[in-house]
Amino acid sequence: MAHPPRSFWRRYVFSTNHKVIAVQYLLTGILFLAMGGLMALLIRWQLAYPWQPIPLVGKLLFPGSGGAVTPEAYPMLFTMHGGIMVFFAITPILLGAMGNYTIPLEVGARDMAFPRLNMLSYWLLFLGSMILLVSFFVPGGAAGFGWTIYAPLSSSTEVSPGWGQDLFILGLALDAVSILMGGLNYITTIMQLRAPGLTLRRLPLTLWGLFYSAVLNTLWLPIVAAALFMVLCDRRLGTAFFVAGPLAPHSGGQVLLYQHLFWGFGHPEVYILILPVWGLVGDLLSVFSRKPAFGYKATVVSMLTITILSGIVWGHHMFTSGMNPLVGKAFMILTITISVPTAIFFLNWLGTLWRGAIRLTVPMLFALGVVFVFAIGGLTGLFNALQVFDIYIHDTYFVVGHFHYTLAASVLFGAYAFIYYWFPKIFGRQMSPLLGRLHFGLSFLFLNAVFSGMFVVGLHGHMRRIADATTYEFLKPMQAWNVWIGWAALGLGLSQLLFFHNFVRSLLKGKTAPANPWQAGSLAWTVSSPPPEHNFEARPRVFCGPHEYGVPELTDGDWLSQTDPRAATLAKS
Amino acid sequence: MEHVAEGTVESPLLDIPVGKFGMWVFLISEIMFFTGLIGSYIVLRLGSTGWPQPRTILNTPLLGLNTVVLLSSSLTMVLALAAAQQDRQRALQRYLLLTALLGLTFLGIKGYDYVHMWHRGFTISSSLFGSCYYLLTGFHALHVLSGVILLLYLFTAASRGLFSAANYGRIEYSGLYWHFIDIVWVMLFAILCLV
Amino acid sequence: MSLTSMGAEVFPPDISTTGYLVDRLFWLATGLTGVAFAAVVGALGYFLVRYRARPGRRAFYTHGNSPRALLLTSGLALVVFLLIDVNLAYHDHVAWAVVWGAPPSAREALQVEIMPEQFAWNIRYAGPDGQFRTADDVTTINQLHIPANRPVVVQLSSKDVIHSFFLPNLRIKMDAVPGMVTSLYFQAKRSGTYDIACAEHCGFGHYRMRGFLVVEESAEAFNAWLAQQTDEGPPDLSWGWQWGGKT
Repeated sequence: MAHPPRSFWRRYVFSTNHKVIAVQYLLTGILFLAMGGLMALLIRWQLAYPWQPIPLVGKLLFPGSGGAVTPEAYPMLFTMHGGIMVFFAITPILLGAMGNYTIPLEVGARDMAFPRLNMLSYWLLFLGSMILLVSFFVPGGAAGFGWTIYAPLSSSTEVSPGWGQDLFILGLALDAVSILMGGLNYITTIMQLRAPGLTLRRLPLTLWGLFYSAVLNTLWLPIVAAALFMVLCDRRLGTAFFVAGPLAPHSGGQVLLYQHLFWGFGHPEVYILILPVWGLVGDLLSVFSRKPAFGYKATVVSMLTITILSGIVWGHHMFTSGMNPLVGKAFMILTITISVPTAIFFLNWLGTLWRGAIRLTVPMLFALGVVFVFAIGGLTGLFNALQVFDIYIHDTYFVVGHFHYTLAASVLFGAYAFIYYWFPKIFGRQMSPLLGRLHFGLSFLFLNAVFSGMFVVGLHGHMRRIADATTYEFLKPMQAWNVWIGWAALGLGLSQLLFFHNFVRSLLKGKTAPANPWQAGSLAWTVSSPPPEHNFEARPRVFCGPHEYGVPELTDGDWLSQTDPRAATLAKS
Repeated sequence: MEHVAEGTVESPLLDIPVGKFGMWVFLISEIMFFTGLIGSYIVLRLGSTGWPQPRTILNTPLLGLNTVVLLSSSLTMVLALAAAQQDRQRALQRYLLLTALLGLTFLGIKGYDYVHMWHRGFTISSSLFGSCYYLLTGFHALHVLSGVILLLYLFTAASRGLFSAANYGRIEYSGLYWHFIDIVWVMLFAILCLV
Repeated sequence: MSLTSMGAEVFPPDISTTGYLVDRLFWLATGLTGVAFAAVVGALGYFLVRYRARPGRRAFYTHGNSPRALLLTSGLALVVFLLIDVNLAYHDHVAWAVVWGAPPSAREALQVEIMPEQFAWNIRYAGPDGQFRTADDVTTINQLHIPANRPVVVQLSSKDVIHSFFLPNLRIKMDAVPGMVTSLYFQAKRSGTYDIACAEHCGFGHYRMRGFLVVEESAEAFNAWLAQQTDEGPPDLSWGWQWGGKT
């Protein structure tokens, strides 16, 4: 198919091609990951050495205070760290990049259902991220009310003046619209554009994860969008939806309403972020055990169950809020039921490894890393679900440790698994396995050191979001741990340099990648690396599922591609 | 035989065009957005004391008229779709324009209503009821405005002969959006003014 | 930095009558989840070694969709759910009845009103007449004195943004929310000075919103302290909610 020559701008910048858009999301996400990570290091420095000037970068970042963090700057650091990591790092990498890149290829389509909408969704993210960056430089600085934007700290300009706060909310709102547009494309493409023979039972687990994630986004993002608009109205239009008591301009609204709205989205959001990872891990464990994904159907149903349950457990974030305690008890009971489907697909992961022929490639290492850290993250979730125990550990570092094990650890390892696995397909080059293994090993070590340390201090009562623990007598014994965590965090940060170096060098000078370096069975691996502009010459025809590895009757290798006609008789899916 | 045939059979979830599917997904997020706003209104109203009687503040007859205007515009939208499906180009253009004009009328009446109430001291910041009223109707009005812009675009496209009995998808999907805004208004009218 | 200096005690000292229930929940949960975690990691480690790719060896081709596989995984999941999740929820439910579900009567309890603001704790006592909003009320800033071995009921409401009243040595906290009244109850069984911490981000001074819980040895010592207090804190404008309000 001949095309008129297109300019650099139309091909690589304002492109409607899902593969280009995916790379745009990836690069943006990686950039913000670095930024969010840097902020984490600043936070850990301040906690380890309160009010001490930061070496190397201190004078540049905090000129007014001789290079040290200030009480006004500290809340900005943890607010922006959270907001950036959730919405501008992880979401663009796992949903934006992985979703955009893999979905059309894996369903056998030439592009997404709505390519122009797709392009718009990236540029909205870009705009949102620019607004966030600008917020650092307005008078009053960036937002400082925590990424959870609790009212009335957020909704009253009397306590939180400054346009930086409004810009944060605006940036998030634009990102929300971007994600909704993306989700629309993902749902439509996965459901409607699958190649002939690609029934839902033959869909890669990664795409199931992305689908469920998009459904949750479609349902719950609008709720938080409504809440955020109401916060903006409270701030600038004199309303009092979420302001009450002495701060309210008139009789006032209900402060807790904000929390219900926010967590009504906020809880599904954590599943939005992890579902694609669960899917990816399911696929990777299969590819690199050379064995079908164990209990595929049960896994798909379990993920669906969790998707549904995620919408009715939000109150477990509010046990200390003053909410009716019996309602709290109900939320506790609902929350623990999530253990059942989680245990099922977790066991299925182990079932995939069982009697496999395991290849410890770099993507596999990260997938296995997810299994390990998610076990910890998931199990510590149980501690948080118990109403009485949670009331003690609420707003302590125990919670921070829990969600970093499930987010920073599991989701981050998932993001790295995605990148290491798909890099050859996306860029047509291979990354260095040695650097990849080193990156994994060091990250795994430091990550566990940092976040298990948080469990320790959290159990002792160390609160979140405080700039200096030495103010409190009961926390003085924990200060040594803050120092330990700080240095481990530095180690974690430095280890990521191995990744950046590997990524950039492989982009420029990596070995050429074959079409299917991993001997994977799904549709994306039947085309070249990188794929042709419109992916497939002719619409692929599918005869089996994506996990046909270890098929006994084969003599030329141990796997069948989804497009292999022999699968019609040899495969069991 | 069955397996080979499988490799040739498409199996989309629903047997509808992509555009329609996409519009429904979009409408689901819109439904959730208004659920968030309306749900908040209900919670705030039920949880407060001294909530004024709406009919003492709002111009219910005028808003009732506006409801009729919007409902009529849904009718003209249905007629526009029918015209497209029957390849009646002039009728299509006429009904699209009429729908847009009715939408603009709705917005005009709304604007007049707003100004009138501002002068009487009922603003977004004068009371919780005011905040809820302007939030809900304001967002709704923005959606009507987007719909009007969409309709004007469709009108110009129709004038250039882009639609036919074989190609009327965009009219249909836009109609879905338009009817949705209409339904939202009926709900808002009921819970803001009548209850 | 020895192990002992790195906090060999998991929790801060518990001076309450109900805190042991919280600590016990932790140990039970750790034990149960620890077993599960060890099993998972053990299986993982074993599989990675035993089923390593070796030349000439093919993986066992199964989709794990058979009724037996389904029964095994869902059965195992259910067993884990019952032994760990339900077990812990039950113990939590029992603990809740004691820690949160049995507020003391108004006669025996010492009633205290606390109204945090950015960035201090306003603490008010009813005084000798036992009635709030009378002339002998006493308000302090950041000083919560209570007698040992007597139940205390605290009611909270915030003057500005959400704060959270946290007593680590009694294992309890409750948010102080503007526009509503929340409450908690506790009883200390050891005298001494302990920290009150704010456990909800409330602005740039959040980190230094420290209060002092002083448990006096006897009722006499407490009354003596109370008699010595001069009134501080904000005027009546923001106080004076009805006792027996929303908990």
